[in-house]
Order: sequence, then structure tokens, then C-alpha cells
Amino acid sequence: MSKYYLNYLDELESEAIFILREVWAQFDNPVILFSGGKDSILVTHLAKKAFYPAKIPFPLMHVDTGHNFPETIQFRDDIINDLGVKLIVGSVQESIDEGRVAEERGKNATRNALQITTLLDAIESNKIDCAIGGGRRDEEKARAKERFFSHRDDFGQWDPKNQRPELWNIFNGKHFEGEHFRAFPISNWTEMDVWNYIKRENIAIPSLYFAHEREVVWRQDSWIPNSDFLVLESHEEIVTKKIRFRTLGDITITGGIESDADTLEKIADEVSGMRQTERGNRSDDKRSESAMEDRKRQGYF
Amino acid sequence: MLDNNQLLRFTTAGSVDDGKSTLIGRLLYDSKSIFEDQLQAIENTSKKKGHDGVDLALFTDGLKDEREQGITIDVAYRYFTTPKRKFIIADTPGHIQYTRNMVTGASTANAAIILVDARHGVIEQTKRHSFIASLLQIPHVIVCINKMDLVDYSEEAYNKVINQFEEFSSKLLVHDIRFIPISALNGDNVVNRSKNMDWYQGAPLLHTLETMHISSDINKVDARFPVQTVLRPQNESHRDYRGYAGRVASGVFRVGDEVTIMPSGFTSKIKSIDAYENALEEAYAPMSVSITLDDDIDISRGDMIVRSNNKPEPVQDLEVMLCWLHNNPPKPRAKYSIRHTSNEQKAMIKEVVYKINIETLGRNLDDKDLKMNDISKVKIRTTKPLMVDSYRENRTTGSIILIDDTTNETVAAGMIV
Repeated sequence: MSKYYLNYLDELESEAIFILREVWAQFDNPVILFSGGKDSILVTHLAKKAFYPAKIPFPLMHVDTGHNFPETIQFRDDIINDLGVKLIVGSVQESIDEGRVAEERGKNATRNALQITTLLDAIESNKIDCAIGGGRRDEEKARAKERFFSHRDDFGQWDPKNQRPELWNIFNGKHFEGEHFRAFPISNWTEMDVWNYIKRENIAIPSLYFAHEREVVWRQDSWIPNSDFLVLESHEEIVTKKIRFRTLGDITITGGIESDADTLEKIADEVSGMRQTERGNRSDDKRSESAMEDRKRQGYF
Repeated sequence: MLDNNQLLRFTTAGSVDDGKSTLIGRLLYDSKSIFEDQLQAIENTSKKKGHDGVDLALFTDGLKDEREQGITIDVAYRYFTTPKRKFIIADTPGHIQYTRNMVTGASTANAAIILVDARHGVIEQTKRHSFIASLLQIPHVIVCINKMDLVDYSEEAYNKVINQFEEFSSKLLVHDIRFIPISALNGDNVVNRSKNMDWYQGAPLLHTLETMHISSDINKVDARFPVQTVLRPQNESHRDYRGYAGRVASGVFRVGDEVTIMPSGFTSKIKSIDAYENALEEAYAPMSVSITLDDDIDISRGDMIVRSNNKPEPVQDLEVMLCWLHNNPPKPRAKYSIRHTSNEQKAMIKEVVYKINIETLGRNLDDKDLKMNDISKVKIRTTKPLMVDSYRENRTTGSIILIDDTTNETVAAGMIV
């Protein structure tokens, strides 16, 4: 009976579907955190499979920094339309206007950390008890310690030293009112797995992932796209390059790489030969050795 | 990477001194799974700390506290891929006070790597790790006799460790034990065959991991399908669809199979097995599917679909090997929530039969107070029957956790005897 085994992508898919169904069964009001990046698109695709022929039984939630790639927003609206699910938007601009957070100052100011407040406010006001994310353990050393079901206290904080043990495939999502969970169905996927799966399933992703001509400026070892939010330093100059993005975050901090990869096949080939981690082009992670851990403790994605 | 490549999960247990981090660093480094920016960061830290060359152990650094103290506290997961397989490493601390973390990492592993320092031979820690591998029924154990460079790559030293190991491992329940002499520091027999140990005829570690037969690790005989949730789309095209969603725990289900629903005992036939838009002829572990039946039966989460000619035992009295996971010991006569597959009931620990002395592996019949990291045999009574198999037969339907309802924390993990 040796033919009865799954290949690695099928096993990862099955595991993720199992987690998504556990979330649905154990929580009253879950959402998928949707950024428009490939990982949250993948989670959404897996959720579609998990509940088929029913619709995805919970909303998508987008934390909108206001510093978006226009392509991302268009893609988000299309996918919502296609799936027929509800979209919840938490707006960082509103949090700023309401005085909940203050814009960062200085040369490398971003709205990255401000998202934490907006995210936690949106979770609280929508009474969400589980936010499903596309975080992967191979991304970063603090993420390597994440559980599939990850507890957040009533301040939305993560306590990495005091996590619930997770054994076999038994997940404990019990919580008190005001607390919530984060669930990470693709914890065990690597960047390469994600691309191989997107290629295999032919999943639609934003055009930003494919090589295209764009106005960019060289900053912190990567090509930062020109946008309304970009403030040029005196020595910097805008040039046009053929680039693509490996990850998508705020337009202000997401660096592109020079590339000719304009199909999923070429992207998968390119990624398999990469010698830099994908978050190497994210200036939000370069701030300190524990930048991600510090943000995650406060309630970051 | 080929499409039929499998996923292998393995666990490594060890402490700072036995070279565990170096071994993992070596596997990642030599299989080219480390990126340049990661290497650069490690080189900088190595220099800052005054190490000669690159300290591979730094690749496994985790949280701020762990970096400061230079130890692993929690389970960390690491990933690498070769042209033959994808690997997930559950990297766990080895010290006795972290037994619970080792048990966690071992619970999903196909294989365990146990590191022995060639100079010291089998020590208590080796026995403890081997015992956990046996208790958690990890199908394959690879004993890596490390630091062979420090015993002049001597075959005699290697054989001595094997003899020591076999002396005590005869008491354990592991079917597949292999031995490999390595030097994680220098890379001997990790990824590449060692030129310093011509006398060793076996394969290096990575080749062993890439080729070991794991398809038979999952129980293929006893068909078990715990229902997670019910799919009722109620849309135009699927108005009467009622699919039982879940992941096959073991065995094989086919369309047309006579099945029984536990615990109700109702019987029916499998009408369809669906995976997204595909109608399948059969489903096997660990596939996530949706099953529909010929008859309208009341089935919900916690129920189990099984083949009618092979049913699990519905029981309320369980004998369990229990690992206590929490700082607070159990309160006398306290009720806990017990989780078994997708089923949840209430349970009480009726009796502690004995505690395992994890240093000597002997049974302690006198001290019956359960503390964190203790492993003991207990009797548990549940409010309603659970549909169980023994853990030895079935890791999915033979395992349970206990949850303290006053804190919602997972306090214990158990393997049904």
C-alpha cells in the first residue's frame, strides 16, 4: 500500500485546511487578515478550499496604512467581489486623525508600527476572537517560535515565553472575553513552498510580483518605488528599472529587486536561486536584531 | 524539487554542550539553506563574541532571552529542502526541566536525532531523550555519535557507545534505530561522507534522512475520520449538500464503504469524498476532505466516522501515560476538559499509578505528586465515552490533552495505553 502517501505540497495544504476548519469550529468570530500580499492571498485560497462548496464563512480584514500600492487595493476589491465575503477595513489614517497614534518622524519614518494600534482597535471593535494570518515560521527568528494557535491577552500582547504547548494536531483555542487568538495555517510553509504552490494552483496574485518597469530610488540596498509619500534626499535620484517585489508591504518601505521574471515559472526559478531572505528588502525588519519580536509582543501581525 | 517529494518531520533534543545547534547549523549550511544576509548576520555576531570563524550554532538563535542566555528554551521550527525531500526540524532543548518541550516537539515527528558525545558515551540525558522518543512512538531514531574528531575518529569508541546504547534500549519500543558517527563541527558524515572514518560503511546523516522509508509510518489499517465541522452551503448549486469536513486520521476510506458513526452507532454508506472541486474515489491519512453519506444522519463535531467492520473502543475509563505540562500541579479531584481528536468532554484524574523516574527510567510507586515535566501512568475517567485506539496503534486517535477550565491553559498531554 506504499502509494498511499501525500507529497509535501499536498501535506502542507491538508494541514492548513485542517487548521482553518479548526478555527471555524473553535471560534465565534474569526477573520482572515488580508494585506494583498501573496501569503494572505494563499491563506484565502486555502480557506476557499477548506469550506467548499460553502463560501468562506468569515470576513477578510485589511489594515490599511494609507500608504498602499494602488494595485494592491484593486486586487483586494476584486477578490472580495469574487468570493462574496465581507471586508472589514481598519484605517491607520483614522487612528492618526483620532489621535490614537502619532505619525513617526525622521528620515526613515513609516506607518508600519502604527498598524499595531489600528489592528488591535479593529479586533476589539469588531469583537474578533481569532485573526488568521499568513505568518510563516521560516520568515524570521521570532516567528520560528509561533504556535499555530497563538494566544493574545486582553491587551493584544504576545508572551513568547509563556505559550501554550501544542501537541499532535490538538489545538486549544479556549480564551476569556477580551482575549483573542492569532492562527497561522501556513506556519510550516517556506517562501519556496508558497511559490511552488501558487504556480501549481495558478493562483492570481498582484502584478507587482511580476517584473515590470517602475520609477524607483536606490535606498538601504534595495529599489524603493516612487510614490506620493517619497521624500528624496539630495544625493538620491529617481530612475526607471525593471523590477519586481518579493514581499508587499507599505509602498514606503517595500524594496524591489531587479528582475526579468514575468511569469510564475520564472519567479519560482528565480526564488529557488535567491541568496537573500525575502525580508532582507524590508526596512521594517532592519531596525534591530529583535525588531520583529518587539513588534510581535505588542500585537503586530 | 520533484512533485512526489515527501515531507519528513524530525526532532533534535540536546543541550548546549552536545553540539545540537552546531549540527542543525551544519545541516542548513551544507544543504545551502542559509541565505547570505543570514550568514552575514552570524559572521558579525561571531566576530563580536570573539569566536574563530563562523559559529554555526548561532543559526538556531531565537528570542532575545535565548540569545542573551545562549540556550534554547522553547521549541523552534526550522526548514530545509533538498532535491529529495522537504524537512521540518523541531529543535528542542534537552535539559530535564524542558521535558515538556521535548514531548511537544516529538509529538509530530517521523524521526528523532539523538546526539551522544563520543567522549562521554551514553549519559542520563541520552536515556531521557530515547525514552521520550519511545514514549511518543517516533518511528525512526537516529543516534548520532558526535565529536568523533575528539576521539581520533576511532571505531572502537564508536562501537563502545553502540554497545552502551543497545544495553538499555532493549527496554524501549523503537523499531528502527540507526547509528552514525559524525563530527558536526567539521561536517564529517553530516551531509558529506567522512574521509576520516573509512571503517564506517553506512550512509551520512542527510542521505539517511532523505531515503528512510516513512510512508508506512501512518496506520493504514484502521479507518478513522474525526468530524471537524459540517459544510452546509445552502446555495443554488448545492442546495442539499451536507459534507462532513475533517482530516483522515488513519486508514483508507472509499466511496461505497459501509461506515458507522460513533458514538451514535448509526450506519450508512459513503456517497462521495470531496476535496474542493474534485470528487475522489478514496481518501487516506492525512488528507483533508469532505465526506457525504447516503443517509441523512445527525452528525456533528466530535463524532467519528469509521468503517463498520473495524471500530474503535468507546471508553470512559482510560489508562494514560501523562506528561504534566504546567507550572501548577493538578488539584485533587479537579475536573478538566479533555480533548481527543475533535471531541471534547470533561475528565478527572482518578489515580496516579506510578511516576517514571526520568533519570533512571524506573517506576516510582511512592511519590505520586504530579509536577511540571513529570511523566506518569494515570487512570482517567471521562463524563462521556471517547472513541479511542491505543497510542501504540494510532498516534492521532490515541492521544489526548487536558485543559484547565479555570485558566484555559493546556496542562497535560497523554498517550492512551
